Amino acid sequence: MAKEVTLLGFWASPFVFRVKVALQQKGVVDYEYIEEDIFNKSPRLLELNPVYKKVPVFIHGEKVVNESLIILEYIDETWQQNPLLPRDPYQRAMARFWAKYSEELMVKAFMALVLKGEAKEKNAKEFAEGLEKIEGEFKGKSGLLFAEGEGNIGYLELAFGWILYWLPVWEEAGSFQILDPQKFPVINEWSTKFVNHPLIKENLPARDRMLVYFRKLSEEFFTLFRA
Amino acid sequence: KCKTLTMAEEVKLYGTWSSPFSRRIELALKLKGVPFEYIEEDLSNKSPELLKYNPAHKKIPVLVHNSKPIAESQVILEYIDEIWNNNPILPQDPYQRAMARFWGKFIDEKVLATRMKANFAEGKERELVTEEFFQQMEFLENELNGKDFFGGETIGFVDIVAIVVAIWFPLTQEVLGVDTFTEEKFPVLFKWIRKITEIDVVNECRPPREKHLAYVKARIEDLKSASK
Repeated sequence: MAKEVTLLGFWASPFVFRVKVALQQKGVVDYEYIEEDIFNKSPRLLELNPVYKKVPVFIHGEKVVNESLIILEYIDETWQQNPLLPRDPYQRAMARFWAKYSEELMVKAFMALVLKGEAKEKNAKEFAEGLEKIEGEFKGKSGLLFAEGEGNIGYLELAFGWILYWLPVWEEAGSFQILDPQKFPVINEWSTKFVNHPLIKENLPARDRMLVYFRKLSEEFFTLFRA
Repeated sequence: KCKTLTMAEEVKLYGTWSSPFSRRIELALKLKGVPFEYIEEDLSNKSPELLKYNPAHKKIPVLVHNSKPIAESQVILEYIDEIWNNNPILPQDPYQRAMARFWGKFIDEKVLATRMKANFAEGKERELVTEEFFQQMEFLENELNGKDFFGGETIGFVDIVAIVVAIWFPLTQEVLGVDTFTEEKFPVLFKWIRKITEIDVVNECRPPREKHLAYVKARIEDLKSASK
């Protein structure tokens, strides 16, 4: 019997992670999760996300939604308990702004992971500058922000999850270092709270497995993904 | 419930006359009848206010509503739609909203970049990127699918974002003397362009043609001499 909700995902993806946590917070637990091999994409994935050919792909009945942050907003509007986004329009705008900022920064961090030499350094430097802006912006605000309701995770936290958990793995896998706890005390404290939150903890991919995967990606990215 | 502007309410838009991102905010505000103060920025000499209101990017447009700044044009559009809910820009239905956000993002994050590359690449790379551009425009062509506008019978979020395609693409093409984006290839999109550019408020919010042509010509010259 077909389930109402299906999620196409990949275990190491910070984007898929966002959707998993969102669904769990909303109490949507009886859905079908399908692990995709992103190096050998299924016809179904290519059919359901012809524009980007990426996971996550979120299927709700007849409806298909792509792009993780857009999926989060869809989930928040469809299942209204335990909100992901703030109620206040200005706070919502701030959450959306910083989520977008973080996506742009992720590109640089990922480039630092997979590139070598000068290009790697340039991206790492630009990434560090961007991260400093986030550190500055969220100074003085305690971790676990922009969520409504005690114990909830918010949209912005999910958007930032890659900084709070994936980034240290990328640094190790790609031999670059940005997250100095002296320079980024806010982000470091936030990371600790984040990875220890029960909802987050149970959805995080295992670190050692991630390290192997991202190390390989760092070395072989341009052959694995013909750019 | 329609929120009207009171004496205490203040709406300011920091923008530039030639920017499609800035113009789309003007359009949204005008569509909703929101009075606002417009401040033209000189990007070679950014005002202290702009730097204060958008320290992360130092870019326009920035909307300031009762002293609270918002940057990023699509974030601003959503904010405007939530504060002033007459003449809605986004649909009500969550799935339709998701689709609107998806295509809006696609245009700004993919189509614009591909178009830039296609315009200035050479040789084999130009061929490949132009092909990519055609594929991307084909998605938009199919999305219109017999509707007058992306938003249905009236213009919506995607139409407002896509005005960059309706107005800026043909203009740049004219200056460059290329003909990649044609009615022959994209009849549905060109029909949409005709319809949307017939709308008064859209025309109120577009750069004046001669001035715009001259500006684009100058920018392209700059880019060409910079790359030599």
